Amino acid sequence: MTRKQKRLAVIAGGMSFILVAVLLVMFAFSQSVAYFFMPADLAKADVKPGTRIRLGGLVAEGSVKRGQGSTVSFTVTDGTGNVPVTYTGILPDLFREGQGVVTEGAFDAASHSFVADSVLAKHDENYMPKEVADRLKAQGVWNEGQGNQGQGSGTKGTATR
Amino acid sequence: MIIEIGHYALVLALATALIVSVLPVIGARRGDAAMMALAPTGSLVLFALVAFSFGVLTWAYVVSDFSVANVWENSHSLMPLIYKYSGVWGNHEGSMLLWLLILVFFSALVAVFGRNLPDTLRANVLAVQAWISTAFLFFILLTSNPFLRLDPAPAEGQDLNPVLQDFGLAVHPPLLYLGYVGFSVCFSFAVAALIEGRIDAAWARWVRPWTLAAWTFLTAGIAMGSYWAYYELGWGGWWFWDPVENASFMPWLAGTALLHSALVMEKREALKIWTVLLAIMTFSLSLLGTFLVRSGVLTSVHSFATDPTRGIFILCILGIFIGGAFVLFAWRAPMLKAGGIFAPISREGALVLNNLILTVATATVLTGTLYPLILETLTGEKISVGAPFFNMTFGLLMLPLLVAVPFGPVLAWKRGDLLGALQRLYVFAGLALAAGLIFFYIQNGGPVLAIFGLVLGFWGMIGAFADLWYRANFAKVGLSVGLKRLTGLPRSVFGTAIAHFGLGVTVLGIFAATTFGTETVVEMKQGASVDVGGYSLTYDGLRDAVGPNYTEQRGHFAVSRGGVQVADVWSSKRLYTARRMPTTEAGILTFGLSQLYVSLGDAMDSGGMVVRIWWKPFILCIWGGALVMMFGGFVSLSDRRLRVGAPSRKVKPIKATLEAAE
Repeated sequence: MTRKQKRLAVIAGGMSFILVAVLLVMFAFSQSVAYFFMPADLAKADVKPGTRIRLGGLVAEGSVKRGQGSTVSFTVTDGTGNVPVTYTGILPDLFREGQGVVTEGAFDAASHSFVADSVLAKHDENYMPKEVADRLKAQGVWNEGQGNQGQGSGTKGTATR
Repeated sequence: MIIEIGHYALVLALATALIVSVLPVIGARRGDAAMMALAPTGSLVLFALVAFSFGVLTWAYVVSDFSVANVWENSHSLMPLIYKYSGVWGNHEGSMLLWLLILVFFSALVAVFGRNLPDTLRANVLAVQAWISTAFLFFILLTSNPFLRLDPAPAEGQDLNPVLQDFGLAVHPPLLYLGYVGFSVCFSFAVAALIEGRIDAAWARWVRPWTLAAWTFLTAGIAMGSYWAYYELGWGGWWFWDPVENASFMPWLAGTALLHSALVMEKREALKIWTVLLAIMTFSLSLLGTFLVRSGVLTSVHSFATDPTRGIFILCILGIFIGGAFVLFAWRAPMLKAGGIFAPISREGALVLNNLILTVATATVLTGTLYPLILETLTGEKISVGAPFFNMTFGLLMLPLLVAVPFGPVLAWKRGDLLGALQRLYVFAGLALAAGLIFFYIQNGGPVLAIFGLVLGFWGMIGAFADLWYRANFAKVGLSVGLKRLTGLPRSVFGTAIAHFGLGVTVLGIFAATTFGTETVVEMKQGASVDVGGYSLTYDGLRDAVGPNYTEQRGHFAVSRGGVQVADVWSSKRLYTARRMPTTEAGILTFGLSQLYVSLGDAMDSGGMVVRIWWKPFILCIWGGALVMMFGGFVSLSDRRLRVGAPSRKVKPIKATLEAAE
């Protein structure tokens, strides 16, 4: 090979690595990105069972039930819609009725309930997940004043399985 | 009163920074030595002023002066003393002050150790450092002043966020900032070189120690942060691909690339333009990280009180510095002369491959981190990009690099011999394969694909020493001569080998812990037992305990192996009284390199507890490897030739002329 050909080969090699990376990123986005929904959105949107989504809202008062072992069921609400959720594992320290949560998982085809494999709640007494807070404020269901004075320093607590 | 003096010192620092920003640059243009000499003096004064101001804030924390709003919000008189010290940077204002302190600390170091630099270069570098200092001084004074007073002064503080009340807070932010901010020196050197329009191998020799130092601290800081998250948060994970983690990881990746490309530039005068670009990109990613973490666009452990003006302010700083540097680069880079040429298969070629893979990998992490933010801004759609994305993209892209690492050091500069390298390495590859298989067998198997990961880890570890082995030439010259040769090698060669070995250890730890680890979630009543990782844990009930500023319920577990009790482990749920905030304190037992990790869940109506127990085999390798990498960095730094500001090697020719004269 001449030097020019060699250089071309090297550039082609580098370009193809970048191309592979771009394709990989696009493929990974199509596979593993989870969209965020609130219960009211689900009525409009058609989310197929098995599609991973994030579901956010408030934990409905009186809805938390402990089942077998460490399985917990509760209802996520945003005032207009309600979605039953089941989760097996340890809930974050600040998981409480009436507080905001974000759960990640998919709808079960058979039972039509949402099976979460991770539940997020922030490690702070005044916490409301940002996505949930934005929407609930827009709907007027909840506002910043509700126990949320002063420094919102806090931590995200996750329970992932 | 002293608080106001601290505040005033910051204002004086701003004035000093403005002077150092402007006059030395003019001096460098005009060749005015007096104006240029302002740079080092001014930088030292700047450091003294900021250090004084930081000391004042620390003092306010230590004596619990709740008339200072910042102290009131983040401290409590009953808090243990160490957290009063570390609490200084456990909040937005204080952490920005620490950022600034470390920035001016590096400027002062350049001023002290940069005596061998050409006067104009030193003046320009320090001026660029002062530009950054000025921007952050404005930011602190205008939007994040830690010295604001409260009147009347409250009697008691609101306590520090319990998650931050940990030894980790004392170590993680300073180390991380030493890394993050340390790259500012590389940035300043790059911008100064562009201003002067001149760059050569000597430039790379001056930049490399700073890069190495920053990289070493960043490695330690990230590893420390990862371990802290692992034991404090109680979810048993060590890396979550959280945007905040990515924010620190991206400068690390780019910095690693910079470290390697500066090597090519120093030794071969090639890749000049690319190295300058990388230096700019690395610090830009540090600034981007600061923006992501401090502006409140993300919710995480690290985002303190959110105030939109701060976010916009940092975004402006980000835009000015990154934009300005790139404009300067586009304008001046064509003036830089290209350097030596080399064949694709050569040491330079291997380092280019390293740079290609690292920068592409950085780009994928950047994409995954920013895409949700950009999408939300543009369309309002909210998505989350999680671990699966990064594992698929970053993980796969890094694999070829891990395979290639041992090849680099055994290839010759300029024109290498791949076949020769293969011949030299096949024994090491065989050893790695054998080690991986034995390891897999001892651990009683798992998915077959895991063998590949284990072998990759061992390949990195064993292959790291190939270069040393052949340089000492043990096979030909025997042990004693070989050892003599080995001790004669420059320390940077050892540094490289050690750091590459550490990388292998981390890779091994990642694959071993994910493949062979187990997780058990059970409901346990008092007296119940569960078997995990060859150990048996017996739950012995909850006990109440009281700490200085919290109350807790401690669950006691007796750990036994083969019927013999070997250890006790306590895992607790705490309630911090001032903030009424509960936390989970995991119980962790270390056996060799493996750990048993016990986390308490909720109490059941039946009287039992939900308990989550992980067996994490070889998990300590992950952070241990990072520590080894850090050690490698220090060994390399101690190399005489790399010593900060060490003169170029002119010793030999002088000796030669002396001999000729005799």
